[in-house]
Amino acid sequence: MIVITIVLVVMVLAALWASLTTLLLRATIALALTSAMLAVVMYSLGATFAAVLELSVCAGLISVVFVSVISLTQRRPFKDYVTRRLSRMRRFWPLPLVLVAIGVALSFVHTPVHIVLPLPNGDGDVRTVMWTLRQMDLFGQILILLAGVFGVLVFFKKDTSDGK
Amino acid sequence: MSDVILLLPFAALILINVLPRATRPAAWAIAAVVLAAQMAAVIVPPYWAFLDTIEKTVGFSLKLDRLTQLLVPTAGLAGLAAILVAQAGTATARTKLLFVNLLLIAIIGISGISMVQDLFTMYVFIEVTSVAAVILVVLRDGELSFEGAWKYLLLSAIASVLMLASLGMFLLTAGGVSFEEAASALSAGGAEAWVAAALFLSGLFLKSAMVPFHGWLADAYSEAPPAVSVFLAGIVTKASGVFALMRLAPAAFNGSGPGAMILLVVGAATAVVGAFLSLTQTDVKRMLAYSSISQMGYIVMALGGQPALALAAAAVHFFNHTVSKAQLFTNAAALERQLGTRDMDRMGGIGSRMPVTAGTSAVASLSVAGLPPLAGFWSKLLIVIALWRAGHVVFAVIAVLTSLVTLAYFLSLQRRVFFGTTPAEWSGIREAAIGYTLPALVLAAITVAVGLGFPFLLPILLGGGA
Repeated sequence: MIVITIVLVVMVLAALWASLTTLLLRATIALALTSAMLAVVMYSLGATFAAVLELSVCAGLISVVFVSVISLTQRRPFKDYVTRRLSRMRRFWPLPLVLVAIGVALSFVHTPVHIVLPLPNGDGDVRTVMWTLRQMDLFGQILILLAGVFGVLVFFKKDTSDGK
Repeated sequence: MSDVILLLPFAALILINVLPRATRPAAWAIAAVVLAAQMAAVIVPPYWAFLDTIEKTVGFSLKLDRLTQLLVPTAGLAGLAAILVAQAGTATARTKLLFVNLLLIAIIGISGISMVQDLFTMYVFIEVTSVAAVILVVLRDGELSFEGAWKYLLLSAIASVLMLASLGMFLLTAGGVSFEEAASALSAGGAEAWVAAALFLSGLFLKSAMVPFHGWLADAYSEAPPAVSVFLAGIVTKASGVFALMRLAPAAFNGSGPGAMILLVVGAATAVVGAFLSLTQTDVKRMLAYSSISQMGYIVMALGGQPALALAAAAVHFFNHTVSKAQLFTNAAALERQLGTRDMDRMGGIGSRMPVTAGTSAVASLSVAGLPPLAGFWSKLLIVIALWRAGHVVFAVIAVLTSLVTLAYFLSLQRRVFFGTTPAEWSGIREAAIGYTLPALVLAAITVAVGLGFPFLLPILLGGGA
């Protein structure tokens, strides 16, 4: 229980860091840390495959994609960075307070939850779930990835064609 | 057949990117043929043996029904109009190619939305459509288009969080996320299921720019490239927001209870606020964008009407509004192309210089305002009857009065843009290219034909439900 509490606290702090930092690379690292902590929580709750997917895809693959895209951007001048950091701090300083307030408020809620978790469909094998039961979702994810590729082309590649 | 409808544009997407570079200028033609084939396949399903083989091999859990037959051809019409406008108005071959690619991805997303059978897959395909749409907005360089796309992205992300939270709650309370499981959990009356439904509805309200979540839409529509505006306004936001509501609301609320009242209140507020915001605009695309918000409010309001009529009324208005709005944005693209401005206060007397644009614009404007015998009249009449029969007299009156405001802002548009004396700076202006006039003519013809033929279409609509 103590370990899970520590992991949850680290996860929230990492998520806050990701929201507040003005450097994209640091935000990416913070986001990867958030995902890694979430993977630990999932593992401790017995959702092994979900934890593995969270760790490999969200903390791993997506971080690599983020870093690749960030490498295509230009770094801002240091003075600009300092100004933006201060402005961001001024705008978002209530965020941690709001988060703590929500946490405290929720701790007073003692609504008993009588929900029985459903059994997984099929034989519960992750391969059956992904390739047979949820294949439409996989197809959709492939399309989102393709849209992302075209997004990178739109955002980061200068148009050098002759206008014809 | 349903798998093929989804895989057809996917095959085109792959094809146009693997073909030799020299053939890429023909990408728009490939996309246009695929859209036409997809529309034909939905309306008149062919029964070729090899299609069955594909169905058995792929085996997606999809269902082709009457709502699919509404959405896929409607999306095809908007997509074809957008492709023609892009061909006529996009400067570079690279941008044209990117446009076609992203349009095809959005079309696959929309086709998926029309045939899915569970909430999670619906969410995935709504995301496919939204991601492609956000990137399409940024195809035009400039800070304003980035701002429009950013607002769209931000609100889409909030909508995604709401929908994901809802899905989690449905998994816990209903034991699954299929439409049947969600509907039976709602009919059982559990509080958790209703919270889950409210969260999903809120996400869809955000996606369909219902009041008070309407702020992003005008920026996204007006700052997007002209062809993208035609596509976005024509179908994208309707498919990812309003259509999803049409798919879910009748099963979930059945025209009564707090759910139906939420639809009525949100729909009426959106119709009224959108109409009054349209009145105050000077930018032609912003006026049309707010008009779009208002008309989507009508569709949502219709869903709270008498169950026997509600879905038919919403479906007919969905089709009419898509056709008319795609056409009005095509007209706006023609004006922007020829005049280099969207400011209506700088225009005047353009009707004599651009007669096709002026004539088709008048048809669509009067149809959206609900004047007989155009298509929009019938759908608004159905909406008013559906509301009246359900006992929602106040909402029926709101629908009629808002229609008068709609007529007012469209008459204002017509007067400011097409009538009066032509300013000297526009004396050399000529009609836009065929890429603008052809889709406008075809869409206006559909509006007139549906209006004149509606008495014959109505029994078919009501006979099988929409």
